[in-house]
Amino acid sequence: MNQLLPAFDFQHVVVMPWTSGLSSYGWSMLMGFFVATACGLIGNYLILRRMALVGDAISHSVLPGIAIAFLLAKSRGSLAMFLGALVAGLVTTILIEIIHKKSRVKQDAAIGITFSSLFAIGVILISLYASRVDLDQECVLYGEIGNVWIDTPVTIGGIALGPATVVRMGVVALITAALILLFYKELLVSSFDAGLAFSLGINATVVHYALMCMLSVIVVSAFESVGAILVIAMLILPGATASLVSHRLPVILGLTILHAALSSVLGLHLALWLECSIAGAMVVMGTMFFVLAWIFSPSQGLLRRWLWRRVELPQEMTPEAVRSGGAQAS
Amino acid sequence: MGVSEVSAGRTGVGLRTLQRPMKAAQERRTPRPRGVCLAPCTFATASWSAALLRRFALTLALLILMPFGAHAAKIGDLIQTNVLEQALDFFTFREPAVRFALLGSMLLGICCGLLGSFIVVRKMALVGDALSHAVLPGVALGFLWNMSKDPVAIFIGATIAGLVGTGVVTLIKQTTRLKEDTALGLVLASFFAVGICLLTMIQRLPTGNKTGIDKFLFGQAAAMGADDVRLIAIVTALSILTIAVFYKEFLLTSFDAGFARATGFPVQAIHYGLMLLLAFSVVVALQAVGVVLVSAMLITPAAAAYLLTDRMSRMLWLAAFFGMAAGAVGAFLSYLGPNLPTGPFMVLGATTVFVIAFLFGPRHGVVMRWWRQRSRAQRVQRENTLKSMYHVLEAREFKGDGVSMRELSERRRETIEEAKQQVGQLRRHDMVTLQEEGNVAFLTPSGWQLACAIVRNHRLWELYLTNAAHIAADHVHEDAEKIEHVLGEDVVRELERRLEYAKTDPHGRRIPSLADMRLGGVGQERTDELVGYGRRP
Repeated sequence: MNQLLPAFDFQHVVVMPWTSGLSSYGWSMLMGFFVATACGLIGNYLILRRMALVGDAISHSVLPGIAIAFLLAKSRGSLAMFLGALVAGLVTTILIEIIHKKSRVKQDAAIGITFSSLFAIGVILISLYASRVDLDQECVLYGEIGNVWIDTPVTIGGIALGPATVVRMGVVALITAALILLFYKELLVSSFDAGLAFSLGINATVVHYALMCMLSVIVVSAFESVGAILVIAMLILPGATASLVSHRLPVILGLTILHAALSSVLGLHLALWLECSIAGAMVVMGTMFFVLAWIFSPSQGLLRRWLWRRVELPQEMTPEAVRSGGAQAS
Repeated sequence: MGVSEVSAGRTGVGLRTLQRPMKAAQERRTPRPRGVCLAPCTFATASWSAALLRRFALTLALLILMPFGAHAAKIGDLIQTNVLEQALDFFTFREPAVRFALLGSMLLGICCGLLGSFIVVRKMALVGDALSHAVLPGVALGFLWNMSKDPVAIFIGATIAGLVGTGVVTLIKQTTRLKEDTALGLVLASFFAVGICLLTMIQRLPTGNKTGIDKFLFGQAAAMGADDVRLIAIVTALSILTIAVFYKEFLLTSFDAGFARATGFPVQAIHYGLMLLLAFSVVVALQAVGVVLVSAMLITPAAAAYLLTDRMSRMLWLAAFFGMAAGAVGAFLSYLGPNLPTGPFMVLGATTVFVIAFLFGPRHGVVMRWWRQRSRAQRVQRENTLKSMYHVLEAREFKGDGVSMRELSERRRETIEEAKQQVGQLRRHDMVTLQEEGNVAFLTPSGWQLACAIVRNHRLWELYLTNAAHIAADHVHEDAEKIEHVLGEDVVRELERRLEYAKTDPHGRRIPSLADMRLGGVGQERTDELVGYGRRP
């Protein structure tokens, strides 16, 4: 056990990443923040539309898209990867719908069948062409967020912006935020009230597929750094935590970004302390915030409910009183 | 053949080595037609013309075999091992690793198929997914227990973690306003993250590096030992036994939980019992299939079986069989080359079965349903054309017996080409004969009888609606247009009796009777004036 839990070295865990290690760990934190922000923002809409597990499905099934794009383009170029992921994401969405609508298999089973088959194809492609694909199985699951700073830096107009992966993810996060601001009304109405959306002339199908496309792009850019499965955590955790705290969508979106920032920064510190996977530690931190919100949420937390039950029930209406009263009557 | 020559040259044994790959190729072919022979079976249930059946079966067989062949070739030239020799090796079952891998995968398929059937009909398919991810911290903790890959410790740890995971899902659903999908996703991802952290911490340890604990992520059936297979066999036997003993309880709570609760069944206890079995099977499946793809082994064979039958007992048999077959295919294909994971191949095997069931299932298959709808639509079309021909003949009071294309097209408000096409369809079914370069159609006896029957059905129903349901006479036509194609003989007899063998419909037209159908003309007494068909000059 002592081997497993390293000693808490304050200098190394808390101070170092902000001082001497800023040039490497700083980028990891920023990357985590961008990933969690982009995923969390779009994740809110997935939660509202009860499509959280479609996000799960897409995060798995972009794998064959990426693998095939690698094989065809023979490089790790981002354009080919985005296209591959986009196609894979759309294929997933369409396949789920076909299986669900054309047969009596329910939606949950359709999701399970689709993503597992596509993921299996992806894993087989990677292991068959292992020599040609610069992507290994572990990377698919864990991600390499600790190494983003090694990536070749991008310079625009002579100013060094930062590692390419981080810049790309930042652009994706910005675009996501901009699109959500721009189409705020459409997304809001079509998520909450399909009938009203239809009467306002909003094409729900277009909104649905646009959302899925956006999701695929975010997932593929997050994929490399956090891995397939932790993307789901990034998609669901911030939104779920925020929706436990507030009922208003603008507040929820703001809280999502706050959650993203806190969990990525504290997650890095946790990872430095425990010397474990950084992406995993970020999700563990996010989970901790979820649990905190679950218990202490001012409007609907467990604690609040418990207190309410204690305070609001009048004395004669407690279960014991009712039971003893019934016994006397009989 | 080039591959076998290379092997002969390398090993230098000569003729015997040369023959082995041939035998291997033959043997390799034996398991393959499984998917193919399924197709003719399902086809046989529908009564089609034999030629069409053969053509379809052939195309299907080609379609199924093609990817297999292409795939095998790819594996062969990529990893440069002798695929045929590997295949032969596999089928001699000489190596214990092969035996363990095959046995383990097949048992696993049975177990997952059986339990998966229940979670698929309960609409809890993704609970399996969440469960399989949630066991990861348990795997890590079980490993930490005594710092070795002890199957029992890992089994216990993983089962506890899985059950805690399902418990948390229920708790989140009950105490917050988050919906089930979000709760499942939350548990899946956060437990998995904890597991990843623990695993990376373990790998940092001096002992942890060599243990190959990360095989749990993708599965490698070849790494299974006797202990693992024993564990799988125990869990499979336990599942089969539990399902056999509590079949009624599982069935009832799956399909009608309300009724089960009302009759005093412990619904919650049965639910948790199923969850426990599920956790057991997920945990033992980890080694062969890996965390990510366990849910596929639960869902896909069961969903394929669900498409093929309506009876739970038959679905269980089918799902167990599909799971077993998928396990065997996965174990075989992953043996063909080094570094090939078992799980994905097992999943693809199961997916192939699902796709076949989805397309060609006799009752729910997409292609079959499309075919049924199409043939029904064609029959309705034919019957409508016959009815129009009858109307043409009736309009000229059955004088003259041929119906020209012009008359028919005017009647049906179509172009002459369309009318010709319709009549061509009738001719193909021996309902009419054509003369004068296909411009005049004469009804054959069977055509005449069918035409009479359709008109009779239509008019009887119109009369029934006006008399019995008191619907105005000008509102009954639309309804009768639809029902005329589906009325059976017994219903027609019943209608005739109830309507006291009425002679005319609400619009005053004559309802063709049995006698008319036999005579070949309506209201005719003298056989020499018969029209419609068969008037001899």
